[in-house]
Amino acid sequence: MANGSGRPLSPHLQVYKLPLTAVMSITHRITGVGLTVGTLLLVWWLVAAAAGPEAFARAQGFIGSFFGLLLMFGWSAALYYHLCNGIRHLVWDAGKAIELADAERNNKVVLVATAALTVLTWIVGLAVW
Amino acid sequence: MASNSKTLRSPLQVARGLGSAKHGTEHWWSQRLTSIALVPLTVWFVFGVIGHLGADHAAFIAWMKSPFSAVMMILTAVVTFHHAQSGLQVVIEDYVHAEWQKMALIIGVKFLSFALAAACVLAVVKIFIGA
Repeated sequence: MANGSGRPLSPHLQVYKLPLTAVMSITHRITGVGLTVGTLLLVWWLVAAAAGPEAFARAQGFIGSFFGLLLMFGWSAALYYHLCNGIRHLVWDAGKAIELADAERNNKVVLVATAALTVLTWIVGLAVW
Repeated sequence: MASNSKTLRSPLQVARGLGSAKHGTEHWWSQRLTSIALVPLTVWFVFGVIGHLGADHAAFIAWMKSPFSAVMMILTAVVTFHHAQSGLQVVIEDYVHAEWQKMALIIGVKFLSFALAAACVLAVVKIFIGA
């Protein structure tokens, strides 16, 4: 490829079909940023509870609204993804499961665990609500 | 590092202080330490949220008046914000290259994270010691 140096150019991201491992890697980062935004709801919840019954009722009302539940669903899925994939990162840090075959199998483990935990949490959550 | 026969400085001495490797190990370790801590804290937190989704104020206050719950909530908030600011710092360092913008964003994220963590701690303490 012509990049002036005569050296090969790595494939451009926009024309390169990302493998699942790469998509899951960037998803870990995206969910991390998203979860940080989600902590604002935690702050609101706690501060509202400390402020008094009216403020707490407003916060609970927002969380229980359609938009609030939609956000909570997204955050719960992001939380489980980041948790499961984060544990996988800790396994990698220990020097284990680095081979491509392991990585591709563990893609599926993380995705299935994320989906299962999210669905299970909402079944339990809506049952006790 | 080209070895120069005219210098007595060792290659290590020449390399020291160059590049980005200043507090990288510490930063990496604190990210791992907080992530390990967040595994049990997150599980506790999810169960706590499920149990108090539709709770009234009195039920929530009763929950936070238990010493165990109050300590777990404070730990969850503090460790979460520590982990978040640490992760966002890496994201900013990777994508923002103008030095002043990078510094301004990192400082802003850190100040905001620790302020929000302090707000959470104060809220829990106020509920815990409140009448």
